[in-house]
Amino acid sequence: MDSLFGKTLNELTALAIEIGLPKFTGKQMAEWLYQKDIGSIDEMTNLSKKNRELLSNKYVFGLIGSTKVQESNDGTKKYLFPTANGKFIETAMIPDDDRKTVCVSSQVGCKMGCLFCMTGKQGFQGQLSAGEIVNQIRNIPEWHEVTNIVYMGMGEPFDNLDEVLKSIEILTSGWGFAMSPRRITVSTIGIVPGMVTFLNQSEAHLAVSLHTPFDDERQRLMPVQIAYPLAEVIHEIKSWDFGRQRRVSFEYIVFKGLNDSPRHVQELSKILNGIRCRINLIRFHPIPGTPLEATDEITLQKFKDHLNDKGILTTIRASRGQDIYAACGLLSTKEMGG
Amino acid sequence: MPKAEENRNKPIELTEVTITQNLEISPEVHLISWKRMHDFYPGQVVKITLDIDVPPRIYSVCSGNREPEISILFNIKEDGVLTPRLSAVIPGMKIWATKPFGSFKDDKSPAWWIATGTGIAPFYSMFLSGISENKTLIHGVRQLNQFYFEDELEWAMGERYVRCCSQEKSCDVFPGRVTEYLNQINNLPTNINYYLCGKALMVVEVRDLLISRGVPYQNILAEIYF
Repeated sequence: MDSLFGKTLNELTALAIEIGLPKFTGKQMAEWLYQKDIGSIDEMTNLSKKNRELLSNKYVFGLIGSTKVQESNDGTKKYLFPTANGKFIETAMIPDDDRKTVCVSSQVGCKMGCLFCMTGKQGFQGQLSAGEIVNQIRNIPEWHEVTNIVYMGMGEPFDNLDEVLKSIEILTSGWGFAMSPRRITVSTIGIVPGMVTFLNQSEAHLAVSLHTPFDDERQRLMPVQIAYPLAEVIHEIKSWDFGRQRRVSFEYIVFKGLNDSPRHVQELSKILNGIRCRINLIRFHPIPGTPLEATDEITLQKFKDHLNDKGILTTIRASRGQDIYAACGLLSTKEMGG
Repeated sequence: MPKAEENRNKPIELTEVTITQNLEISPEVHLISWKRMHDFYPGQVVKITLDIDVPPRIYSVCSGNREPEISILFNIKEDGVLTPRLSAVIPGMKIWATKPFGSFKDDKSPAWWIATGTGIAPFYSMFLSGISENKTLIHGVRQLNQFYFEDELEWAMGERYVRCCSQEKSCDVFPGRVTEYLNQINNLPTNINYYLCGKALMVVEVRDLLISRGVPYQNILAEIYF
C-alpha cells in the first residue's frame, strides 16, 4: 500500500478528496505526519473513525524504523535504514554544543564514482523517495531537537532532484516540519542543470564539492568533471547573489601531495574571485583500497592560512564520527554484502 | 536573490537539428544521426532533448570527427522519459542538441579502452577518428548481439579488440565480465593510460582493480553514464 508519509499538503489534500474525505483532512494529516509523535493512521484522533478506516484501506502511515545504530565516542550516531527496494542507507546525527545536525542520504549508492568515496563503490542501487529522505529525520529519537540538515550522505542530491526538492518542501513548509531553509544545506558535485533548478526553486544553502581547481586532477578524482566542468559550475554560481541570506560553500577534501600546494591556493583564489563564499577543508579518512592519503596537520593549517590570506574565508571541518565511518557508506555497503 | 529573469533556465546552448538517420543496430539499441555543424574531438558528449522544456540528457558522440554527421548510440530504457520517444524519431524530424563538449580525450599514445554496453560509443568515435593504432579495446556485454560494430572493430583491430560476454558463449569471446577478463591477465601494463566508459559500478570496480594491480590512479580516466 502507498505511504502517506512523504506526501506534500497538495498531495494529501488530493487523496483526501479522492477517497471522499473533507478537503481540510489534508492539512490535518500533514500535521499528524510531520509535527506529532505518532506512527499510525489510527492515532490521527481528530479524524473520525470512519475516515481513518477509509484511509487505512488504501494507505499506510509509512514510517520506516532504523535497523542498526552505531554511536561514536564523540556522540555522533549513525543510523542504518532499510529502503523500499530492499537496500540500506545511512544517516548521521552529529551533536555539537546546542546544535544537532542530521546528514541525510538522497540515493541508495551513487552513480558518480568519485575516487575518494566509499558510497560510490556500491554503484547506483536506486533513488530515495521524498518520504524516505524525510524519514531519516523524523524517525530518529532526536528528531524534535534537530537544528540543521545537510544533504551530504549517500548519493548525489541533484541526480534525484524532484524528490530532494519535495523533501525540502516538507521540511520547510508551515504544514510540515516548519524549518527555516537557512538551516538546510544541499551538497552537490556540480550537476549544473539540477543546481540551477534547485537555486530557482529553493532557498536552502548550496555546497559544492570542489576538491581541486585543476581540470585534469578533478576529472581523475570525480568523473562528473568530464560532463560538467568546474568552470561551468563556477560560471553559474557567479551569476547568483550569494553571501547575504543564502550561502554557497565549497567542500575541499585535502589529499597529501595532490591538492594541498601553494599552486592550488593561487588557482582557488583566482577561480573563486568575486564569489562570497566559504571553503570547508575536510580531512580525508582513507577508505579501503584507496590510493589517496590524508595531508598532515601542519600542511592543512598552512593551506587554510594561505587561503584566508587570499581573502577566502576558510575553515577546517571538525572530523566527527570518525570511529564509526559516519555516513561514508561503509555500514550500508557491509549490510548489502558489499 | 534570483539571477536575472532572462537567464533563468534558459537552455541557451541547445539548437534545433534535423534527424538524418535512425538505425536499430541491435534489439532496443539505436544509432541516430544529424548533420554535423561543429568540430569536435572524439570522446566528447552532446546534450539531447525532444522538447525544449524537458531537461536534456547527455550522450557520447558515436561518430568520427571527420564525418558529415554526428551520431549517438543509446538503448531504450523502459521507464525512461527520453529514449522511448527518441527511438521513434524518423529522418526529417527535429530534435534539440548542443554542440559537442567535454574532456574525455585521448591522443595517439598507447592506452586501453574499456567499455560496457553502449559505453563503446566514445571509443568507436575515437576509432573512426583514426586514433586506434596503439589501443586495446575491451568491450563487455551481457549478450552476443550487444557487440555493436564488432565486424568493423575486429577487422581493423584484430587481437587488440577483446570481447567479454557474461551471459552467452561464443568462440573468440571471453566468457565473463570485463573485471574477470582483467583479473586473469598476469601483467597489466602500468605505464599507459586507461579509459573507462559505462555504468558507475563497472567503472568503480575496474578502477579499483587497476589501482590494486599497480596502475596509478592518474592514468585512469573515466566517463560514467548517469
